[in-house]
Amino acid sequence: MTARPSPSTIRVAAGQGFWGDWLEAPYRQVTGGTIDYLMMDYLAEVTMSILQKQKARDPTLGYARDVVPLMERILPLLVERRIKVTANAGGVNPRACADAVADAARRLGLAGKLRLGVVTGDDLLGRLDGLLARGHELTNLDTGRPLRDVRDRVLSANAYLGAWPVVEALQRGADVVITGRVTDTGLTLAPLIHAFGWKADDWNLLAAGTVAGHTIECGAQCSGGNCLVDWERIPDLANVGYPIVEARPDGNFDITKHAGTGGRITVAGVTEQLVYEMGDPAQYITPDCIADFTTIRLAQAGKDKVRVSGVRGRPATDKLKVSIAYSYGYKAVGTLVYAWPDAYKKARAADRVLRQRLEDLGLEFEAILTEFVGADATHGRLALERAPLDELPEVQLRIGVRSSDRAAVERFTREIAPLILNGPPSVTGFAGGRPKPEEIVAYWPALVDKRMVEPRVEIVEV
Amino acid sequence: MSKRSRAVEGGRGRSRKRRVPLLELAHARSGDKGDTANVGLIALKPEYYPILVKQVTAARVARHFRGMIKGPVERYELPNLGALNFLLHGALDGGGTISLKTDAQGKVLSTALLRMEVAVSA
Repeated sequence: MTARPSPSTIRVAAGQGFWGDWLEAPYRQVTGGTIDYLMMDYLAEVTMSILQKQKARDPTLGYARDVVPLMERILPLLVERRIKVTANAGGVNPRACADAVADAARRLGLAGKLRLGVVTGDDLLGRLDGLLARGHELTNLDTGRPLRDVRDRVLSANAYLGAWPVVEALQRGADVVITGRVTDTGLTLAPLIHAFGWKADDWNLLAAGTVAGHTIECGAQCSGGNCLVDWERIPDLANVGYPIVEARPDGNFDITKHAGTGGRITVAGVTEQLVYEMGDPAQYITPDCIADFTTIRLAQAGKDKVRVSGVRGRPATDKLKVSIAYSYGYKAVGTLVYAWPDAYKKARAADRVLRQRLEDLGLEFEAILTEFVGADATHGRLALERAPLDELPEVQLRIGVRSSDRAAVERFTREIAPLILNGPPSVTGFAGGRPKPEEIVAYWPALVDKRMVEPRVEIVEV
Repeated sequence: MSKRSRAVEGGRGRSRKRRVPLLELAHARSGDKGDTANVGLIALKPEYYPILVKQVTAARVARHFRGMIKGPVERYELPNLGALNFLLHGALDGGGTISLKTDAQGKVLSTALLRMEVAVSA
């Protein structure tokens, strides 16, 4: 390959903000205008647990399967337009995901025209006992408990890798990089490092690229989706444009979207996304750097264009976050709908009846939670204080239980339907049948020394 | 300014104040990290930010959500964005997959905070 001069701008487009996001978005990003990279974030905290369940049932699964038909749809366009892809769709089985994408590419006649990069090394499951034996406690960051308390129930353990293994894949010529647990922000930062030649200690630049990644990692949530400011006047959400980072080598970047798309990109909307899932804003810690969100400057640079500048960063820590999934127990949620008059009163009465029956059965639950949808499910006491409770036209009784005892949860699911005939009146909404007990695969966040994790990059020729 | 606002006496020697819901001064977005919810509160105009800083304290937010969250409330300031960030610990019934709540990820605690009333000059 011949060395190309460093470009003056790079356009990284967000195509998925989570697994299950709008299937049309990646296609529209690829066809709606010029982009250099398509970035797709598939992995939320709970997603790894779901994928782990699927891999346990079938060892060829465990990745975001939606990515295969999606890639089948856009691969010819990607090749034609020289658009590269970074996606953490590989979940807990990146190699299987890459194999499936490679098969799709061959079916499309793209053999010899495409190179896939596979980033692994995040999976620590097979090494957990070794790590524990060497004194790595993998203490729960939220509760302070040591991992040995739940070791026998651990189902998966993945370190969050940063941008650098993705950069390596790009440097080795990968057109599509499929990763396991790479951070959401790393998927956007990596193309910028690769394109502009940023160095591992360019902390301000790495922080800027990290802020760029955070801004677009939730897709349309920065371009008009789920935006509270002036929400009724945000235009054409049916055709909402997903965001694009237009980055420059100095670390300044614009957030924009394709012309002719719906939604809106404003300082207020971008600010909402910046504070989303924020902890200490001065210390947004990633494997690549610590970004200081209190240094970010935003300015409206035009219609649907917000300029981001001033981002400062500090050296990365010597730790990586680890996402551990473990079997926690079982839960089930049942619902019934009560109608006017006295809808709320009837739902409350039904809740009392149900709770008494559960108690009389002597079932053990870690938690029983009742919500009255239409009254208090979203804002609790704050809503009840002002709601016209006597006049509500309808209320959904929503009651959930959680237990380590599957049989107790199973028995609970049989106690909902009887209430239709033997509880308070004016009740309906049981068409869905009795609720199913669900296994809870819970999330255990921890830290591990960086030197204990070795990212691996493989290249697969299609 | 608002049909919901009502006049109150600001005390001896002070100007008259009205109480308005935060909804009129700010917007917000919330999300989760485990069993902790975060609420980012953003001033609708730069001149509102000092009101938020002064009145929407961590202690006040903890009182606002009393009975709804199990842990403490932390507050961080982002003057560059006209925003405050609140961490509500123990807000999500265990969070993630454990939680039995409709709002297991704290997505609408944002507007729950905007119900809080603050005093502004009449």
